[in-house]
Amino acid sequence: MKITEEMVDYIALLSRLKPDAEEKVQMTAELEKIVSYMDVLNILDTDGVEPLSHVFPIRNVMRSDEVSSSFPREELLKNAPSRDDEAFLAPKAVEG
Amino acid sequence: MMELYRMTALELGTVLRKGELSPADALAAARERIAACQKNNNAFITVLDPSPTSLGAGPLAGVPMALKDNICTKGVKTSCASKILGDFAPPYDATVAERLVAAGAVCLGKLNMDEFAMGSTSETSFYGPTRNPWALDRVPGGSSGGAAAAVAAGEVWYAIGSDTGGSIRQPAAYCGVTGMKPTYGTVSRYGLIAYASSLDQMGPIARSAADCAAVLDIIQGMDPRDGTSLEGSYGGFLSSLTGDVRGLKIGIPADCFGDGLDSEVRRAVLAVAEVLKSRGAAVEEFSLPIMEYVVPTYYIIASAEASSNLSRFDGVKYGWRAEGYKDLADLYARTRTEGFGAEVKRRIMLGTFVLSAGYYDAYYKKALQVKAVIKKAYDEAFQKYDMLLAPVSPTTAPKLGESLSDPLKMYLSDIYTVPLNLAGLPGISVPCGFDSKGLPIGAQLIGPALGDGVILNAAHAFQFETDFHRQIPETKGGVSA
Repeated sequence: MKITEEMVDYIALLSRLKPDAEEKVQMTAELEKIVSYMDVLNILDTDGVEPLSHVFPIRNVMRSDEVSSSFPREELLKNAPSRDDEAFLAPKAVEG
Repeated sequence: MMELYRMTALELGTVLRKGELSPADALAAARERIAACQKNNNAFITVLDPSPTSLGAGPLAGVPMALKDNICTKGVKTSCASKILGDFAPPYDATVAERLVAAGAVCLGKLNMDEFAMGSTSETSFYGPTRNPWALDRVPGGSSGGAAAAVAAGEVWYAIGSDTGGSIRQPAAYCGVTGMKPTYGTVSRYGLIAYASSLDQMGPIARSAADCAAVLDIIQGMDPRDGTSLEGSYGGFLSSLTGDVRGLKIGIPADCFGDGLDSEVRRAVLAVAEVLKSRGAAVEEFSLPIMEYVVPTYYIIASAEASSNLSRFDGVKYGWRAEGYKDLADLYARTRTEGFGAEVKRRIMLGTFVLSAGYYDAYYKKALQVKAVIKKAYDEAFQKYDMLLAPVSPTTAPKLGESLSDPLKMYLSDIYTVPLNLAGLPGISVPCGFDSKGLPIGAQLIGPALGDGVILNAAHAFQFETDFHRQIPETKGGVSA
């Protein structure tokens, strides 16, 4: 599998990463090497095999709908890099 | 009395319970040991100064321990060894931490690791590498390298690590201690900072299999806060240790002993079969023809889940934030680019790729299909055998700096450990010898799902006959020289 720098640009955008020119060259080569190695899976015929996402048959685990106390707001805001008394602060996401 | 750091966790628990020693004495001994070893092996990211506890009456009450730094501890820095989490101090305790404290555990600190548990050497930590107490120029393994090193050096009597693809078992092998990944779902993941949720599982690292059984008795069991937690309770491991392996059927997968396995490791691991045979077990070779697929399958699934799990680190809710950003998207990208290390970024990129439109079916879906094939191969093996025996790692501990230059080569060294995570199976790494350089070798005992007690008992039987697990590094990082 050939990995191009354009593909790396696109994957970096989706990953919210901004590699510089040097990192990009390195990532392209590394990804190509790793992805090419993964192509070994194509040797194995898996036609008709159901994909297995979870090893045990657990589905839709529900809990009873009981009210319990949530964390105090101050506790949750304490670790924020930027905050005011009641919210996380971040640059404006929508212009207007 | 034997020097305290030479004792197993259960031996220390016994002298504490008999009142021959106070919990304060045990704490003082641990502090002294940490002070002597930390500058050499860098096993800890955070060292705490706890008070003795009066909680708990069980076999490990009052015994000092430590937690890997991806396990949440209320009000105590939990960094995942990453710059991006900064001084993050969680507002809650992981279930595992909560249960240990209730059983009288005293936490001496948070242990070094590969950043976000991604790595096999503990060299990718933002806080500098941990060094192997047996040879300070060598890695302790990873990602729970701090946990294995701290136990090997006698700084704490047991530690909790996490294992997504071998991260408990492999460092335990490299450091000559016992480490166990339990069956997926038996130990709550609540409060474990996620790497790959379908594979992550926490477990004990200690000197002996009996210690591991005692720790598992405390931490296992259903937790409503973890949706993948299995119903019921699977404890009683310690009280079921008989060391009786008569009639136990052990399968040796020939495919795990082929090319690429160091000959000294092969010899030491196969010798475990002889010891168990001498106690009445039956040993047979068989074929497990899936080994060439396990590493690519693991890295596709683990990276895919990591790319999703690590999207929460964005410089807004907690941790570190980059400076000089233009807008919100730029804040995310700068924070993540500067806050994550190279290996973490590599796996996020790889995971994003295998999940992206056009490649999903060829890589991610294919890997989930191969995972089904791998699980079936183990299911069939366990129709014939009660337990399997394999190496933990193809070699003993490499030197610092040898592994990171070639990521693919590092991934390939995980071949013997990753299939258990893919199939959800329990595995325990037991010390089984030393190579000609004096480095510890580990053997892996593998059980069927919920067969944790079977492999603990076999490991206990092996440790009844051998004393590899009682060896302590007497120089340098181990005993401060």
